[in-house]
Amino acid sequence: MTRPSWLPTMIAGVGLILVVSIMMGGASLDASSQIQPAQDEFIPLEQVPPGDQLPAAPLLVAAYILIWLAVLVYVWSIWRRMMTVERELAIMAKSGEDQ
Amino acid sequence: MRRFFQVAWLVMRKDLRVETRSWEMVSTTLFFAVSCVLVFSFAFVRGGRAIEGAASGILWIAVAFSGTLALGRAFERERYQDAMRALLMAPVERSAIYLGKLLGIVLLMATVEVVVVVAIVFTFRAPLFAYPGYLAALLATGTVGFATVGTLFAAMLLRTRSRGVLLPILLYPVTFPVLIAGVGGTVALMGADPNLDLARFWTALLLFFDAVFLTLALWTFEPVMTE
Amino acid sequence: MMAMSARLFSGLLAVAAIMFVGAPILIVGAPYESTMGLIQKIFYFHVPSWIAMFLAVFICGVSSAVYLFRGKASADRLAATAAELAVLFGLMGLTTGPLWAIKAWGVWWQWDARLTMALILELIFIAYIMLRAYGGPGSEKLAAGLALFGMANVPFVYISVNVWRTIHPTTDVLPNLSASAPGMFWPIVWCFLAFLVLFGVLLMARMRLEALRARIDAIHLALEA
Repeated sequence: MTRPSWLPTMIAGVGLILVVSIMMGGASLDASSQIQPAQDEFIPLEQVPPGDQLPAAPLLVAAYILIWLAVLVYVWSIWRRMMTVERELAIMAKSGEDQ
Repeated sequence: MRRFFQVAWLVMRKDLRVETRSWEMVSTTLFFAVSCVLVFSFAFVRGGRAIEGAASGILWIAVAFSGTLALGRAFERERYQDAMRALLMAPVERSAIYLGKLLGIVLLMATVEVVVVVAIVFTFRAPLFAYPGYLAALLATGTVGFATVGTLFAAMLLRTRSRGVLLPILLYPVTFPVLIAGVGGTVALMGADPNLDLARFWTALLLFFDAVFLTLALWTFEPVMTE
Repeated sequence: MMAMSARLFSGLLAVAAIMFVGAPILIVGAPYESTMGLIQKIFYFHVPSWIAMFLAVFICGVSSAVYLFRGKASADRLAATAAELAVLFGLMGLTTGPLWAIKAWGVWWQWDARLTMALILELIFIAYIMLRAYGGPGSEKLAAGLALFGMANVPFVYISVNVWRTIHPTTDVLPNLSASAPGMFWPIVWCFLAFLVLFGVLLMARMRLEALRARIDAIHLALEA
């Protein structure tokens, strides 16, 4: 594939625009509003206060169940399509033999 | 290089000439955009005052909806008598054809936006003209971003089944960053305490988006249109 | 060749099963996080599923580019497979996220930068699958173009959370873990590897399906000729 004629100009243009965008955007970033400062790290804790335990557990369990369900459904979907395709191949092979 | 832009210009002029014969696309797209604004103003303006931030959102929704409509129709034209295939067979660089179509779409969308902005200023009583330069920059970069992706996708889908419904399905997710940045920037400009730095930031992001996706579109137009 | 890949497949499948059985054990043993408590443990599956999704998006994007510019049909099959995996793992992330969020933040969803962009990616690859399903013949190239645009959106996703800081934990959380919370480090690595192996298993299975379909198409074409 031959190199398009506009490619060097385009790369230069994109680079220039990138530099300009970063300069313009970077300058205004601190001025932008924030909802809450984001967390930078997780802080581990040994003991969980008793009030916190029960309400979270159903959600946690639901999350894991959903993941398992998603994988199982997908595997089933692949298996079903595989069965269709293999059936079709078998039919073709059989009609090939008959001919 | 010069030839490249000459071809693009020719394609755009062709589109313009076809359009000025009937004004079909401009008038219908304009009508649709204004109807959008009117329907939304009916929903969101109570007692002469709009819900906060509604005007910014409606502006970009109107741009997106009418843009999608225009894109579909602009390329529908190319289906008649296999015009697109003829264009693609021309001994020119194909991405120049893409650029020409893009310029035409941007021109159309810009025309519609002028009217939409005026309509919103009247129906929503929104201070959109407070910082015209900033707003123009936002709209310009946003329109180019939206049209860049839209022109490529609309061209891609030209011979595809279900293209009418597939265009919005493909287009909206990819152009969400444009719409979000546009709305974010517009919101920053309006309101009691306008944040010009924020508006500049969103405009910068849109500029970057435009650069990246224009390059990508120019690069992929040829392989995608080749059978 | 077939026998080897079949054995590799079974091997990987066994590894994946073991790892997923072992994961809850490790996760239960991991220490609690101070501000979020028990619910934070979703993180062990939530983050790896997003990493798997980004991997799938990357594979789809690159193989789409190869298919578009080099015309290799195997690249197109890989792209189709990767897109499905992207939607699958993205769905996992999008469902576990709100379950975590409702407890940690009090809302199911937030329009913060990363969540929004993650949703966008998911929609793009759902659109990819729809295009291939409903677009009729010739939609493979178009889908490849879409995938490229989807992948180009990924930097916008990743930069957004560091540049535009909001509620969502930043991407700095993971690198800091080994230093700040050693008890959390190994479970997350284990889960990450488990998802990687699962990814590989699903990829191989789905690729086999695509290969069989390609064989049928080839036979059809040969019969017509």
